[in-house]
Amino acid sequence: MAKLSNKEKMKIPRQAMPEQDSAVRRNNFEEVNLGFTEELAKMEALRCIQCPKPTCVSGCPVGVKIGDFISLVAEGEYLKAAEKIKEDNMLPAICGRVCPQEEQCEVKCIVGKKNEPVAIGRLERFVADFERQHVGIREPKLKSKTGKRVAIVGSGPAGLSCAGDLVQMGHDVTVFEALHELGGVLIYGIPEFRLPKEIVKAEVESLRKLGVDFQPNTVIGMSDTVDELLSDGYDAVFIAVGAGLPYFLNIKGENYNGVYSANEFLTRVNLMKAYKFPDYDTPVFHVKDKNIAVFGGGNTAMDAVRTSKRLGAKNAYIIYRRSDVEMPARKEEIHHAKEEGIEFIYLSNPLEFLGTADGWLNGVKLQKMELGEPDASGRRKPIPIPGSEYILDIDMAVVAIGNGSNPIIQKTTPDLTYTKWGNIIVDENTMKTSKEGVFAGGDIVTGGATVILAMGAGRKAAAAINEFLNCSN
Amino acid sequence: MYKIVSAEFIAPNVKKFIIEAPKIARKRQAGQFVIIRVNDNGERIPLTISDANINEGTITIIVQGIGKTTKELNDLESGEYIHDLVGPLGKPSHIEKFGTAISIGGGVGTAIAYPTAVALKQAGNYTISIIGGRSKDFVILEDEMNKVCDEVFVTTDDGSYGYPGFVTTKLQELIDAKRKIDLVLAIGPIPMMKAVAEVTRKYKIKTVVSLNPIMVDGTGMCGGCRATVDNKTVFVCVDGPEFDAHKVDFETLERRNRTYREDERLALETHTCKSETAVLKTANEL
Ligand SMILES: Cc1cc2nc3c(=O)[nH]c(=O)nc-3n(C[C@H](O)[C@H](O)[C@H](O)COP(=O)(O)OP(=O)(O)OC[C@H]3O[C@@H](n4cnc5c(N)ncnc54)[C@H](O)[C@@H]3O)c2cc1C
Ligand code: FES
Repeated sequence: MAKLSNKEKMKIPRQAMPEQDSAVRRNNFEEVNLGFTEELAKMEALRCIQCPKPTCVSGCPVGVKIGDFISLVAEGEYLKAAEKIKEDNMLPAICGRVCPQEEQCEVKCIVGKKNEPVAIGRLERFVADFERQHVGIREPKLKSKTGKRVAIVGSGPAGLSCAGDLVQMGHDVTVFEALHELGGVLIYGIPEFRLPKEIVKAEVESLRKLGVDFQPNTVIGMSDTVDELLSDGYDAVFIAVGAGLPYFLNIKGENYNGVYSANEFLTRVNLMKAYKFPDYDTPVFHVKDKNIAVFGGGNTAMDAVRTSKRLGAKNAYIIYRRSDVEMPARKEEIHHAKEEGIEFIYLSNPLEFLGTADGWLNGVKLQKMELGEPDASGRRKPIPIPGSEYILDIDMAVVAIGNGSNPIIQKTTPDLTYTKWGNIIVDENTMKTSKEGVFAGGDIVTGGATVILAMGAGRKAAAAINEFLNCSN
Repeated sequence: MYKIVSAEFIAPNVKKFIIEAPKIARKRQAGQFVIIRVNDNGERIPLTISDANINEGTITIIVQGIGKTTKELNDLESGEYIHDLVGPLGKPSHIEKFGTAISIGGGVGTAIAYPTAVALKQAGNYTISIIGGRSKDFVILEDEMNKVCDEVFVTTDDGSYGYPGFVTTKLQELIDAKRKIDLVLAIGPIPMMKAVAEVTRKYKIKTVVSLNPIMVDGTGMCGGCRATVDNKTVFVCVDGPEFDAHKVDFETLERRNRTYREDERLALETHTCKSETAVLKTANEL
């Protein structure tokens, strides 16, 4: 193709990603987005005007060289583009799917000032998928063995990316995971229709091939403690245990049958495959033809409500105390949810769950809210409207209002420093905790955040651990 | 994969497994449990660690075949493997020298009460055990309890062995005989634990029960195991499993445990047991 001027480039519209039709996909668990074809990817890549001072990179928490990889896509050098991304991002197939690009790189895109921004996330996904499908995930060269041993606690994105870097630096790495499967929220939380588990498994397999030793079914703190890992011969420990303690609403009736935390509902369906019951043994509430309410407005809430639709819910509601403007979920997820027939009830706050005499949930008492002045989070604070209470008939409720930090590590490693919410306090640049040889990162440090931030923290920790190990011999 | 070193039925439908798990054997304390998954399609279920042998690197679990998973487990023989096993989980029993401690086990609950009885004895308590069973065949661990406890009483509902009646009948007798009782530990079916709590409440005897809600992860991540204790919500897998019997809301626990009853029945019907007749029999029993 002849070289295009910036003006010509600006005329190319943002390429839509093919997706499953909403009427079809609401009945299956297959991936919603189908990904760019080569033609679409090349066309989209041409839209990038290769700014001399690109601003998109500053929006990326790990600084992916966006312009460089996109120009390789435009040239059809997809494998090289994959290498380029991997200099900064270990998990592009995952991040290309779940990163909130619209508030990170794409919001800073200069093309986006006048037109729609370049679809950076879709290109990242295309490149990573192309590599995985055509040559498999390629194995990087390993440095010679250092003889140092590192224990990583938790196999979410923070743990996996830290493991990947450290093993390449020549260290022996063991990843301990509480659950029977590896991947953290990527496996138990985010549903198949948004992130196929096969992709997470491929990443884990490639790390295994590099020599990372995975020990599932091991709860650090309950079996070995962090101190015991250090005294058993590990030279450093990286704690990446995620958030993982669900908040409830603390209202009356919350223990009726049919009230779930999002973690439980999603774990039953995703990790334990309850949507295939009885082929898989784990059951979940019979959603078919029932009314389901999900409380919350984040990605977790969207995942739960869209899952309930796929299980056959008659009416599936999102109930959120603020308005659509304040909703923290990704725009794409909200859009997809609406297409799939999810009903959004804004400015409503649950006061009480109602149930039958034998203890099954059958309704929720809601109160209407209005927005007042901005609160500490900068969002307008919802204020109850007196006398506006009403009852909504529901059969199942999912509480998706966030996670606190799991107390097991804190109880068994009291000599780290923690915030009053139980998050581990670290040096932001090195992820060092207050204890020699112990590092931490991901949601356990930040509270519930994003996959890319967790991955970035894992890589920062790997660099600091490498430095620590080379200094400590 | 975790190897089964030995497997034998010790009562109708109740099987004792010794499983290779050296780390858990070393770490576990009385009152803690493991979560197992029998196979790759399996669900995660909690089972109390009944005993452990540090030298051999094994733990003992005792399983009553009730649902699909426990029946599948009970189909396994020595030399076979359990797919996933994680533990120890939960808080250990609170052990101190109370004085006189009575541990009461109903049915397989005795397997759960046993390790705590051992620990109570080791801590210097005068230890009494009451073992209850539907009939003679369902009384388990009598010999083991005899070895560690100062006194052991067996009760059977149908009077076919030991004292006729319920464990609470025997407990009431001990109270009426003005025996000094400082702690009661009751583990078994919910109605039994509730009944024990009602007996001891009148006399303000400190009473502990071990709760058995439905669990998924067992690490505090899902909240599925929540129960109401002292009008507050607790996560049994990390805050328990043992709680003050006089503060537990047993009705809520019983109700929540019924959440998947229909599914459990369905799963059991599709379960192809080694012996078809056994399936038919138990399905009818449900
Ligand atoms: C439903 C849902 C949807 C989300 N959607 C998005 C999205 O679209 N985009 C996005 O960027 N982010 C999303 N997030 C947030 C994102 O998934 C998290 O920020 C990220 O996974 C955090 O990574 P982590 O490595 O810190 O922890 P996690 O992924 O939570 O992994 C921690 C792992 O540690 C294990 N563990 C815990 N305690 C122990 C222990 N004591 N011993 C051993 N192992 C232990 C846990 O079992 C878990 O596997 C979502 C989160 C949820 C729950
Ligand atoms: S079993 Fe999930 S929190 Fe207890």
